[in-house]
Amino acid sequence: MKPVRVVEGRAVPLERSDVDTDQIIPSDWLKRVERTGFGRGLFSEWRDDPDFVLNRPDYVGASILVAGPRFGIGSSREHAIWALMDYGFEAVIAPSFGDIFVNNASKQGLVIVVLGAADVDELTALIKADTTRLVVVDVERRSVEVPDAGFQRRFEIDPLTRERLLNGWDDIGLTLLRESEITAFEATEKAPDLEGIFDDAGHVR
Amino acid sequence: MPAPRTLFEKIWDEHAIEAPGEQTLLYIDLHLVHEVTSPQAFESLRLNGRGVRRPERTLATADHNVPTDPISTPVSDPVSRRQLEALEENCQEFGITVFPRGHENQGIVHVIGPELGVTQPGMTIVCGDSHTSTHGAFGALAFGIGTSEVEHVLATQTLPQQKAKSMAVTLEGTLRAGVSAKDIALAIVSSLGTGGGAGHVIEYRGAAIRDLSMEGRMTICNMSIEAGARAGLVAVDDTTIEYLRSRPSVPRGDEFEVAAARWRTFVSDDDATFDSEISLRADEIVPSITWGTNPAQVVSLDGVIPSPDAVADPDERSTTERALAYMGLTPGTPVTSIPIDVVFIGSCTNSRIEDLRVAAALATGRHVAEGVRALVVPGSHRVKKQAEAEGLDRIFLDAGFEWREPGCSMCLGMNPDQLGAEKRCASTSNRNFEGRQGRGGRTHLVSPAVAAASAVLGRFASPEELS
Repeated sequence: MKPVRVVEGRAVPLERSDVDTDQIIPSDWLKRVERTGFGRGLFSEWRDDPDFVLNRPDYVGASILVAGPRFGIGSSREHAIWALMDYGFEAVIAPSFGDIFVNNASKQGLVIVVLGAADVDELTALIKADTTRLVVVDVERRSVEVPDAGFQRRFEIDPLTRERLLNGWDDIGLTLLRESEITAFEATEKAPDLEGIFDDAGHVR
Repeated sequence: MPAPRTLFEKIWDEHAIEAPGEQTLLYIDLHLVHEVTSPQAFESLRLNGRGVRRPERTLATADHNVPTDPISTPVSDPVSRRQLEALEENCQEFGITVFPRGHENQGIVHVIGPELGVTQPGMTIVCGDSHTSTHGAFGALAFGIGTSEVEHVLATQTLPQQKAKSMAVTLEGTLRAGVSAKDIALAIVSSLGTGGGAGHVIEYRGAAIRDLSMEGRMTICNMSIEAGARAGLVAVDDTTIEYLRSRPSVPRGDEFEVAAARWRTFVSDDDATFDSEISLRADEIVPSITWGTNPAQVVSLDGVIPSPDAVADPDERSTTERALAYMGLTPGTPVTSIPIDVVFIGSCTNSRIEDLRVAAALATGRHVAEGVRALVVPGSHRVKKQAEAEGLDRIFLDAGFEWREPGCSMCLGMNPDQLGAEKRCASTSNRNFEGRQGRGGRTHLVSPAVAAASAVLGRFASPEELS
């Protein structure tokens, strides 16, 4: 994945809680075998509504999404991350997130920012009052800023996720460096594998 | 003497390759794969010149995308067909056992793992599906992952993981007659909320859990994710061991007893402490139903649709108003007066033989109400065969239900089994999210018994109304 140090741009106020990954990308889109082109499916059922916030011309090209609590709950589909990023979002700010969504985001370099509910409300009010406002998410300094409004908050991010974002590290490459430890562990593993259970056609022997 | 440990800690410790700082590299015993979350992972392996480290710890089945029409009918959607073909090709290329559409072992991934006995106590199990928590019913640490993690497990048979916190959810007392595991699951999700279990592995404990069959325990562990928890667990006991005995993938004879003795160690120690604990009275749980668009929005079947006026928090009030508008419901309406259009009996939550027996018993000698479409989708070919051997298919067909081929079906509406816009469905599945079962569809989560009774009466109904 590409390194991410700073995300800056306009921010979209979603103002909804419990946005599950079925809402972010409906299952009809999950039939595809590709990893690209999911941006068109982002919030697709809501985008039919001309008043939906993403349809407002002043938010075109925004790179930060500001949402309510429990964003990204539900299905483990990484397609939700692909859709957000393909659409152009590089960071999501919310009071809380679904666990699997956060894991998936960290693998793709989508920056997840947890702020307190009151801070998210304040940020939402700022970007609604002036839709052109620049919002800056700084991974290195762990801060969210709206420079022209004097809004500045620090956010928590676990050190490893931050390092991985800043360096664009590939998880699999890192794990494979520890191949010998995995092999040593496998020699002691007690749980059986499936060797000898099914024949070549998948029938139980 | 070693410090007392929870079941979660025992499995974790046994699979931790080493713990460098923040994250632990965890060994994965069993990786279950399906067609939807795997093609991009296989493609990425190819692009990076990587292989599958342990194909014999990997098992694949088609489930999310398969039509539930007779197997002789071709897959008409070319995009779906391509994805199903890709699963077979990828598994063939990397040496993974796969059960394609129509195979005798094919079915919903969380139904076939347990029924084949590949799901075993003490294991670490992952799958690119959030309902992997189902397998925790066997005292296995099982959780859902995304496609990048699927690729990671394929390439390394490990996952770097941050250790979750532990939560005990205890159900003391005895369930009342007519109350099912699904009602327990809805009560727990309602009590914790959609985010209450975030960052935690839940262990379900207490007399009411011990009293449940493996099918019931799977229903409860399945819905752990609806409370935000990635995994649910139930300690191993005689019920676990007897379910596993004679399953195709478990050892035979004396070797089974050796395995069973080890499996029995997968219980929390008496003095183990949890990071948080909640308890519910089993005898206070009643047949329930979701009214809104998330699984924590639950009301008792004999209750009324709630009013936003009763919600103090302004954000929650607007969420409630939005959900009521989407669902086309008026506050104060008695639940059992609401007519339905569709009944769906199926999904990894409630498509096992026990679920079908409960529904069939209520359908016997009765008929689906006029204007209602009722689908029964067994969880696997093995479930279907068993049900047919017991004559359940005849009962359903005679009562006007459709008897379909196995798959995820209308739970998520990826295949042609979709709920129409503004159609109201009594569904035994796990998610009532907007559009989940079909664009504009209105999903109410219920137990198999409530689904069957509602099919007969054409409105939400308790099984007692039939007697």
